[in-house]
Amino acid sequence: MIGLTDYLIVSAILFSIGLMGVLRRRNLLMLFFATEVMLNAVNVAFAAISHYYNDLTGQMFAFFIIAIAASEVAVGLGILIVLYKKHGSLDLDDLASMRG
Amino acid sequence: MYEAIAFYLFSALTIGLFLITVMSKNVLYAMTSLAAGMVLISGFFFILGADFLGVVQLIVYVGAVMALYSFAMMFFDATRDIKEKNTPAALVFLLGGLSALVLVLIFAGPIHSDAIQALYPMHEGVGNAQDVGIVLFTKYLVPFEVAAVMLLVAMIAGIILAGKKMDQSLTKDTSVDDADEILKQKDAK
Amino acid sequence: MEGLVYIALFAPFASSLFAALFGMTERKIFVGIVASTLLATAFIASAMLAFYVHGTGNAVHVTMMDWISAGDLHIPFGFIVDQVSVTMMVVVTLVSTIVHIYSIGYMDHDKSFNRFFSYLSAFVFSMMILVMSDNFAGLFIGWEGVGVCSWLLIGFWYHKPDVSREENPSISPSWAANEAFIMNRIADLGMLIGLFILYWNIGSLQYDKVFAAVPFLDGTVLNAAALALFIGAMGKSAQFPLHTWLTDAMEGPTPVSALIHAATMVTAGVFLVIRANPLFSLTPEVSYFIAALGTFVAFFAASMALVNRDLKRIIAFSTLSQLGYMFAAAGLGAYWIALFHLAAHAFFKALLFLGAGNVMHAMHDELDIFKMGGLKKVMKWTYLYMGIASLALAGIPFFAGFFSKDAIIETAWNEGTIVLWAILVITAGMTAFYSFRQVFLTFEGDERYKKYGIHPHEMYGYVLVAMSPLAILAMVAGFGMKGFEHFVTKLLPDYHMSEHTHHIAWFLGLVVLAFAVGGIVLAYKKYYHGLKRDEQLENSWYYKLLANQYYIPVLYEEFIAKPYAMISNAMWTKVDMKIVDATVDGIAKFLYKTGDTSRKMQTGNLSNYLNWMAVGAVLLLVVAAISAAAIG
Repeated sequence: MIGLTDYLIVSAILFSIGLMGVLRRRNLLMLFFATEVMLNAVNVAFAAISHYYNDLTGQMFAFFIIAIAASEVAVGLGILIVLYKKHGSLDLDDLASMRG
Repeated sequence: MYEAIAFYLFSALTIGLFLITVMSKNVLYAMTSLAAGMVLISGFFFILGADFLGVVQLIVYVGAVMALYSFAMMFFDATRDIKEKNTPAALVFLLGGLSALVLVLIFAGPIHSDAIQALYPMHEGVGNAQDVGIVLFTKYLVPFEVAAVMLLVAMIAGIILAGKKMDQSLTKDTSVDDADEILKQKDAK
Repeated sequence: MEGLVYIALFAPFASSLFAALFGMTERKIFVGIVASTLLATAFIASAMLAFYVHGTGNAVHVTMMDWISAGDLHIPFGFIVDQVSVTMMVVVTLVSTIVHIYSIGYMDHDKSFNRFFSYLSAFVFSMMILVMSDNFAGLFIGWEGVGVCSWLLIGFWYHKPDVSREENPSISPSWAANEAFIMNRIADLGMLIGLFILYWNIGSLQYDKVFAAVPFLDGTVLNAAALALFIGAMGKSAQFPLHTWLTDAMEGPTPVSALIHAATMVTAGVFLVIRANPLFSLTPEVSYFIAALGTFVAFFAASMALVNRDLKRIIAFSTLSQLGYMFAAAGLGAYWIALFHLAAHAFFKALLFLGAGNVMHAMHDELDIFKMGGLKKVMKWTYLYMGIASLALAGIPFFAGFFSKDAIIETAWNEGTIVLWAILVITAGMTAFYSFRQVFLTFEGDERYKKYGIHPHEMYGYVLVAMSPLAILAMVAGFGMKGFEHFVTKLLPDYHMSEHTHHIAWFLGLVVLAFAVGGIVLAYKKYYHGLKRDEQLENSWYYKLLANQYYIPVLYEEFIAKPYAMISNAMWTKVDMKIVDATVDGIAKFLYKTGDTSRKMQTGNLSNYLNWMAVGAVLLLVVAAISAAAIG
């Protein structure tokens, strides 16, 4: 039988994949993809908990996360476009201009 | 039984697809596998009985967000492979693996508190969409409205950020020329 | 009556504040006049209070407000005007008024004229608090207040540079001021300990409560309290071994020496012993120690005065010596005689100092009596005043000093302490000798000042008039002795000579008189006809010993000041620099280095930041997991 632990483990693995992406990639667009992966991983965990505890709160949180992810994408992509117009690149190594 | 098969299938597929997303050099591949992974995530939701969430996942993520990404990609040069100096793999796998390990260990551990009470319990014999709707529009009304306003604001911000100088080519950088022209004009004055 | 108490107390304060308004501006004559008027007001109020207390025999007791009220500690700002304090008030305000008027003339050419009046009035205010307070805490505040004012006034000419000890034994005004202040700190610690002992055992610092409770205290506690209080008195009254500051305090302007270092502040120690007489009369050992020390200081200081060449220092030594007499009387239980000598001494010593101030003014700050001589031609009045004061000091019959000093010496006989008696009698002879040595060297004989191109002149007329009350009191104060005894013994324990002493009193008086006259005659023979220096005597070891004040200041310098400076230096270079500073610097350097190292994290590359963030997140996760496992 599939229990809560199984879902949570899958969620953790997905989250770690997202984290690896965030760590590994230098391209901003790919970083966005990686964060989407992490958000989805968390959503799975929420839905699983919601199901196994018979509580709707987890689903509510998942809804709001989706809403926030959507707005993040909207604003983030706008910013990416502006950045690309300005620098012609989305690579973080090229954008490093605040060296301390 | 079916549930177990579906769970393992979806798990393997999503993990594989997301790994492609994270590892692929090609933006198009990455995005495609991300979209596919998200569809399969909604499959999880359906298994878990969160029908409404699954539908929202499909509509918002796969429908809206991915469409937004694909539109955005038209601005960039998407066919080319991304050349980037990736962070040393050792560090990435160390941190990622470690976090995965710790999280799995935490989740695999027994849950001690038996006193967890459902705050908004689901009702037997009532559809998921109905249940969600009641809770969302009573207990979570204010956050819901705030989220709506936030989406509106995000939309306006996205339009303004992306919409300016839509007529100019992004792949051919013109801003430098503009600056040169402005300088020339200033010199002329 | 309550109003008069406040007028007497706060008129000097008002005067000080008024003068302080003009403290930084150039000389304004009205500042001096206003200050003197306010002081005169205080004097009149004090005198009226004295008449009231004398007439009714009641003390005036007022409580202005609560001062400290914390837990069991309750100290009000209370003032008591009884027979003892009213005597002190009258003496203090009278001498202060005269000194204020005198200062208008004396400080005429000083650019800090206004500042001087501010300090001087502040001193009077502190002194009034000291004598009027109805508890030990208030007394202590006044005690410290006069200490601060004394410091300000000794160091009044703080701009004078330090010179070597050979050139000027007190080095510089600021040095002398610091010496006085630090020595008084040492003594004040003793006083504070005494107050703590009293409070610890009695639970109050009010005079009436303390004195009602002392008979029930343990003998050791009483001795400890009395001794600690007396150590405080020793500092303020410059008793051996804390005496060196008083002569050095002569660096201050002469009116200050007259008011603070002769008439009022230095007698505060005697006042304390008189005020705390219920305590001291229960501790015969401590009292005997006080008497013995007083007698010793009387002799010790007089011996140094014999050979000194500095006009003001001679008078300072004589002040020390007379304070010794007062302590001898107080220690022997004759408190009212001590108080009487205190008052009489205040009059003639202030007069003597002011006369010395006149001479100094005339001689353009020259103080060496070997460079004076023959001044009587130009300074008739000053000669007269100083002559009267010296006669009173020497104890010539019918002058003030005769009555008071004679009574003290008689007390020593009466108590059966023949050694003390003998020393006091010899000291009386020495007193006469050095007073008249100084007077004759200054005013008689050849006019040695002409060699130094000095043109002396008499002091302003109004100054001389202002000094006249002191001269009159120096002459006649002694006749008030019976009345004074009657007045103060309502509060103080009465002291009577035994029948036997009474019978031979005339004989004892005659012995003292013989010594005094002998001293004067000796001084007359040696110095009246001019200065004949005796090289052999001046080079003898005992002359040098006396002239160098028994080498005590040098000893203090060598064995206390220098080792202390060495220790401080070592502390500074070893402990402070190497340990304290190094620790502080080390912390700063560590932070600085950490910042410098971690600055490299700020690459400006978002990817690096994300890596760091991930490291942090993973660390937190690990911590959470471990703690969960530990708790679970």
